[in-house]
Amino acid sequence: MRRPHLGTSVVLSFLAAFALTIVPLPGQLSAMRPDFVAMTVVFWIVSIPSWVGVGIAWICGLALDTLTGALLGEHAAALALIAWIAFRFHQRIRVFPLWQECFAVFLLLCVYHLVLTWVGGTIGRHLSSLQWIPVLTSVIVWPLWSHALNSAVRRVR
Amino acid sequence: MIEVRQTDTKTLFLRGPAPGTRCLLLLIFSVVLMVSDYRFGHLEHVRTTFSAVVYPLRALVDAPFSAAHAIAERFKERRRLFAENENLKEENLLARARLQQLDALEAENARLRTLMESTAKVADRVLISEILNVDLHPNRHRIAIDKGARDGAFQGQALLDAHGIVGQITHVGPFDAEAILVSDPDHALPVEVIRSGLQTIAVGSGRSGEIRLPFLPNNADIRAGDQLVSSGMGGVFPRGYPVGTVRDVNLDPHEPFAKIVAAPAATLDRDREVLLVWSGDRTDSEVKPRAASVTP
Repeated sequence: MRRPHLGTSVVLSFLAAFALTIVPLPGQLSAMRPDFVAMTVVFWIVSIPSWVGVGIAWICGLALDTLTGALLGEHAAALALIAWIAFRFHQRIRVFPLWQECFAVFLLLCVYHLVLTWVGGTIGRHLSSLQWIPVLTSVIVWPLWSHALNSAVRRVR
Repeated sequence: MIEVRQTDTKTLFLRGPAPGTRCLLLLIFSVVLMVSDYRFGHLEHVRTTFSAVVYPLRALVDAPFSAAHAIAERFKERRRLFAENENLKEENLLARARLQQLDALEAENARLRTLMESTAKVADRVLISEILNVDLHPNRHRIAIDKGARDGAFQGQALLDAHGIVGQITHVGPFDAEAILVSDPDHALPVEVIRSGLQTIAVGSGRSGEIRLPFLPNNADIRAGDQLVSSGMGGVFPRGYPVGTVRDVNLDPHEPFAKIVAAPAATLDRDREVLLVWSGDRTDSEVKPRAASVTP
């Protein structure tokens, strides 16, 4: 009876992440919006890797592409890649103290934005260095976000 | 620290292909998707289906903001409403007076065009659409609107507001659509200087109060204060709608092109509603290829 509850909280957390990705923020704040979907993917892969894997990360990426009007497949590729890296090291990330965990998230998000930048550069999109700001804000928000997801896990246990 | 479920030990014995292989396959598939989306545009109907799936989420995010706006309207002061009403009446009167003149001019234009044997421009049809309160991308100037394929919107359709051209539609879903604004650095728009008839291309700058004319030589006949209208070249935008006013002409003899900055006519960052335009020209060009394909 416990399982469907955790499944619900996984789905709800992704819905919240998607909503936070498109909720309008005033002016400059919008450029600093953390990558909620990427953080959520990383969290669940480290926490419950047998449920949330590379495939779900990829599907979330497709949804993100559609939601933000990006090229179909760019966020999907980026999320699938960091999902795999997170899975590869999930045993290690689990025992990290908080600051190391933040650093791991920082590296993962760098890879994520590297893929996005690379795709954008390939299709000749106008790029600016401002698009790296979300990496920093995400790391700042990470302890709060992972705490929120943790309490969701704890509640259903 | 990330909480771990004690029961989660199945990762040692995963079924199906290994995550590495799966990731590689998905990456290859993503690249195929991106190429076919970008190069060939095959995926427009796939996108349409997907956007029907994500539409509820957009509507959900939009709802509280729309509701707040509706409530604010409802509790507006009586005095301000009266003032607003008075203003609108005055504006309406002026607009009507102008329209009378326009009718005569349009008739004259049509007559001259038949004399010159060029196709007459049919009056444009418009539909009001609300902008959804969602942020699509921080560094790109994109909006989502609440009209989609169901209302007859199509890819490449021009968007206007009360003052000028806003942008064009990039993707259409069944219930909503995404549009790119003229201020997006990836947007280009063929324009004409009213005073001199000079044709050029206006490119977005990434700032909402600024567009650039990067392709004019230093000796071009243009100066600050010149009005820009859409030239109708390229067939996306209808001809003759205001685009902006030239704000600053910077001539540097060492550079091959002048640095010209214009202010967009449309109030890009303050709009709540936009107009979708079906121009008369477009239906003509739509009919023609079909007729050509019927008669080989």
